[in-house]
Formats: sequence, structure tokens, C-alpha cells
Amino acid sequence: MAIFLNKDSKVIVQGMTGATGMKHTKLMLADGTNIVGGVNPRKAGTSVDIDGNEIPVFGTVAEAMEKTGANVSVLFVPPAFAKAAVVEAIDAEIPLAVVITEGIAVHDSAAFYAYAVEKGDKTRIIGPNCPGLITPGQSNAGIIPGDITKPGRIGLVSKSGTLTYQMMYELRDIGFSSAVGIGGDPVIGTTHIDALAAFEADPDTDLIVMIGEIGGDAEERAAAYIKENVTKPVVGYVAGFTAPEGKTMGHAGAIVSGSSGTAAAKKEALEAAGVKVGKTPTETAKLARAILAG
Amino acid sequence: MDLFEYQARDLFAKHDVPVLAGEVIDTPEAARAATERLGGKSVVKAQVKVGGRGKAGGVKLAATPDEAVARATDILGMDIKGHTVHKVMIAETAPEIVEEYYVSFLLDRANRTFLSIASVEGGMDIEEVAATRPEAVAKTPIDANEGVTPAKAREIVEAANFPAEVADKVADVLVTLWKTFVAEDALLVEVNPLAKVASGDVIALDGKVSLDENAEFRQPEHEALQDKASANPLEAAAKEKNLNYVKLDGEVGIIGNGAGLVMSTLDVVAYAGEAHGGVKPANFLDIGGGASAAVMANGLEIILGDPDVKSVFVNVFGGITACDEVANGIVQALQLLADRGEEVTKPLVVRLDGNNAELGRKILSDANHPLVQRVDTMDGAADKAAELAAAK
Repeated sequence: MAIFLNKDSKVIVQGMTGATGMKHTKLMLADGTNIVGGVNPRKAGTSVDIDGNEIPVFGTVAEAMEKTGANVSVLFVPPAFAKAAVVEAIDAEIPLAVVITEGIAVHDSAAFYAYAVEKGDKTRIIGPNCPGLITPGQSNAGIIPGDITKPGRIGLVSKSGTLTYQMMYELRDIGFSSAVGIGGDPVIGTTHIDALAAFEADPDTDLIVMIGEIGGDAEERAAAYIKENVTKPVVGYVAGFTAPEGKTMGHAGAIVSGSSGTAAAKKEALEAAGVKVGKTPTETAKLARAILAG
Repeated sequence: MDLFEYQARDLFAKHDVPVLAGEVIDTPEAARAATERLGGKSVVKAQVKVGGRGKAGGVKLAATPDEAVARATDILGMDIKGHTVHKVMIAETAPEIVEEYYVSFLLDRANRTFLSIASVEGGMDIEEVAATRPEAVAKTPIDANEGVTPAKAREIVEAANFPAEVADKVADVLVTLWKTFVAEDALLVEVNPLAKVASGDVIALDGKVSLDENAEFRQPEHEALQDKASANPLEAAAKEKNLNYVKLDGEVGIIGNGAGLVMSTLDVVAYAGEAHGGVKPANFLDIGGGASAAVMANGLEIILGDPDVKSVFVNVFGGITACDEVANGIVQALQLLADRGEEVTKPLVVRLDGNNAELGRKILSDANHPLVQRVDTMDGAADKAAELAAAK
């Protein structure tokens, strides 16, 4: 069953005709993703040949949805135009918008998130500044390499792209139901809690791996949520114990401010909620393995 | 990016938040002319990005231009909580202060919106006020798309119980302060204190502004606000090369791809270092997804140029980028450095995993560089890098 994305997902790509969009559309197609169109107002009515697939280009998200029945949009739109593109996706009421773009100003992401809520939360936003999500063997919406692992029964949610890949690789022999990269920005659409709730409800997921990092208190809130609502085993990992105060560590949201947002506080909160937290990604994978082995 | 007080003052003035006159100087002698321009007296204020400068002696009144020079002499070069004072602001002396308030707008990450914080108990640390007298601090969520309208400003003023006689003026300040927040793509705008003076006016006497670096594409003027003088030279050099680098105080240089993996690498090295005399990571450096030879060479150059670095750990997980490309990047980077005349003398531990790892490892083995060692697990490679750093 997986979460948010499956074999029936019909995917369009906003920003498909740019270099990054083309590269990843090609990779998504190779992973079996049902890509039904691209969106670019200046190239509407044309089509693009990608490895023998004729992908039509539409002028708007609404038009693409009307003509193809698309229900997922993946966005590779540059930061300066990202807000308008996400707002367009929200206006079209597409059920899922995956914002890969890194470097979106936080006033823009706060604005489009608020807009999605005002419009009745009809569009789930994943990201920005994320690798997207993959349901191995079914569909891949974003830039997660499709060949790391196979379908399986672990659910993964992570703020970090490369740690997602690392963890999928560590547990590649077991496989994943879905892996969701929620992004490293201070304001993101889908949170750890949203993914945890979906994995808890997903009959194809037996265990959840949750990866967090310094900054904000999303992990602490996720810990409180797990304690009250999640019955499946959760294994955690938090990055950034050695990060100094007041320095942004690569991700715009990865910053310890004063005494808040530290990795130690997050680990403590997760452990208090019964989550086993690994010291390293490898140790975290071992913890997951041990639980699945019973 | 956090700004100095004088920069915050300038941005406030630009967006019509009431402030006092002031100008920034970096030599004592310049305090004379600046004070004369203010009518012969001034406040000399240390410009450091840390609180508590008043208590540390970094804010002094000067009754004459000569006195301003003397105070500026005292304050310039002073150390305030580890921050050296390179600049002082010569500010207009405040009229008699009757009351001190607090107002700010900031990003509320948890609720994915903006927040107003306001209190009639200003002039001190707001977190302390919030901890000891939470009822004195009003927090009001702001809708990102609606912003602070006069009605919203009035709601904040009422929530914080501002006295009736300043309500209109504080509401006006809130509207202009919000304008500053949005127009400058700020993550925080804070006025503390917002002073009510004898005439009944309210004035922003001190402020803090933090800007969103992701907004630089539409804020070309913000680049000039960077504090290049106090930046770490290695961080400045890395920034020139568009590298995402943070200097730390350990001995193991780190290069990796992806912010999360690099943060994790620092932690894993620190754990491994516990068994090797407590060696620690020397830096954060994320070379991103592509990891071309040129980017790898630039990264290595920065790290090898750090005298604190005793060994280097290159930790790459090949995702979309295949490990053979990364391995070629490393080999070419070492060649590129040799061609640039830079002698590589520090040992490198390389861990490659993921897409085409076997091929990548073979390329490294075949290149057989005397200083490069391959360790194929992240934990094992961290241990080796820590061991090599401790042995130096």
C-alpha cells in the first residue's frame, strides 16, 4: 500500500524542461514512475521525448490535471519562481506537491504553506529542500536513487537526503514500503508527525525509521506524538551533536539557537517516548534489524 | 545572518520605524565629528552581536566631542563575551525615558507561520521575562499572507496591555516594523527597548535583525551587510568558492556530500575520537550532490589549508552521482592540487558507498596515492581518520 505515493500515482513535473527537471524526469521514468506530463507556460502544447517516452507539456497544472488525471506534482522550479509554482499547484487542488527546490526564501514557503491551509488543505506539500519520496517498485517522485533498495516493510522519514540514501542502503536487503524526505528547511509542508501517522496506518509497514537533525523542535513533537499514537516500533537517528551554536549547518533549518534545537534534546525526547536511537547511521540500522528479527 | 545594531537601525529608519540618529565609526577620532553633528553630545555604543554589552561597559554617555573620543578609545578593541569591538555607533542621546517596552516579529517554525511577541516590560532579556512572568508577554500568531494590518497591530497592542496613551503609536511602530520584516526578508526583527519618552513619543532605542540568506536572490543590498572583517578566514575563502563550510575546533578535516550526512560524519568522528585522545572534527564541508573534481579540489584545498587539520575524512555516499565519478573526482582533485603547486601532506581516509561503489573503490586502489587510504564503512573510516589525526 505504501504512503502518499503508489503505482497508480500519475505524476507531472513543474520545471520539467529545465536541465535538472529533465535529468530527474528521466530517472523517475526509469524507476517506473507514471509521468504523464510537464508544466511550462512558455512551452505549452509541445512535447518532450525522454528515452522514447513522449511527455506532453501543459501550460498550467490545472490543464495537466484535467487532461491526464495527474494527482502528484514534482517541482524543480528555481527559488525565485517556486512560490508562484506551488501556489498554482494549490489552486489546481492537486493532492500532492513535492517541492525539491533548495534555497526558497522562508517568507515564500511560509506564504504558500499558509495558502494551502487557507484553501482547505487539499494539497499535501512535501519539502521544500527535500529529495522527495519513493515507494520502491511502484513510483519515485523526486531525486532519491531508485536502485538502492527494493520493496519491503520498513517506512522511512527523514529531514536529510543523503542520510535517507545511507539508511536505505544499510537496510537494502530488507527493503522499504516508502521513504519520505521531508526536507531541511525551517518551514516544511509534511512533517515527521504526518509521515509517522501515515506509516502507522499503512498495513505494509512493520517498522518506522525516523531521521532528524538539529534545529527547531519537530523531533520533540514527533516524540510526543509517537508516545501517544504510534504502536509500531520506531527507530531513530539524530544528526548534529557536534554542531556549534548559532551556525547553519548546510540545511537552512539546521541551526542550534541558544540552547534550543540541540541533537541531545531530540535524542532524549525520542528515547523518553520509547524510540531506540542509534549513535551512528550504521548502529541505527542494526537496531532496526534486531527489532525486525524479533 | 544576524546584523549589528547600527545595521538594524538603518533598516528600521528605511522603513519608517522611529529611531534616533546614529552613525557607525571604527576609529576613536571619528567620534568627534560624529558627536559634533549630533549637537555636541552622544552615546557611544559598542557594535557586537551579543547581548549584555551595557553591563560589560560597552555603552557610555559622552557630554562633549572630546569625551566621545575618549569613550570610543576605551570601547574600540574591548572584548565583550569573546567578541572584539571593531566598530562603535555614535548615537543621539535619548530624551528622558519614561517606560521601556518590547516588540518583535519572528518565524515560528513549530507552527509554520510568523509570530508577534510584545510586552510592556521591555529593556531586559525577553526570555527571562517570559520565564518568570509569562503573563507579561503576549504572543500573537501572524498569518503570512495577511500580515500586520492596523487591526492586527491593535490586537497585539491589546493583548500586551499597552497603556491607552501609547496604543496608537505602538500600533504604528508594529505596522512599520512588520514592513521591515517582510521587505527585508527577515527571520527576526526585534525592538528592545521600545522607549516611551517624556514627549510621549515611542522610539526604537535598540534592535536586532536577522536576515534570511535564502532570500539573497532578491535582496542584492544584503551582501554588503555581511561582517567580512570578523569572518573566519577559512570560512571566507570557502564562501568565495561557494562551498558550504563551517570551521570547528578539532583536528579531523571533513568532506562529504549532503548536509545531513556531513553532520552525521562530524558526530561519528567525534565518537570515534573518544578512543583516540579526544580528537574532533575540524570543520563541516558539504560539497553537494555532484561532487565534481573541481569542487572536490576546492574543498580539499580549503581543508588542507587549515593548520589545525591533521587528517582528512572524505565521506561520500553515491546517490544519483555514481561512486566511480566521485573516485575520479578525488584522484583528479589531488592531481589538480599538485598542478597548482600545493603539496598534499596530510593523510586522507576515503569512504565510498552506494551507487557503483565497487568501481569507485577500484579507481582509488588503482590510483594508489600514497596518502589515500580506503575504508569501506563509515564508522570504520571515521575511526581510521581519528587514529591518524591522533598519531600526528
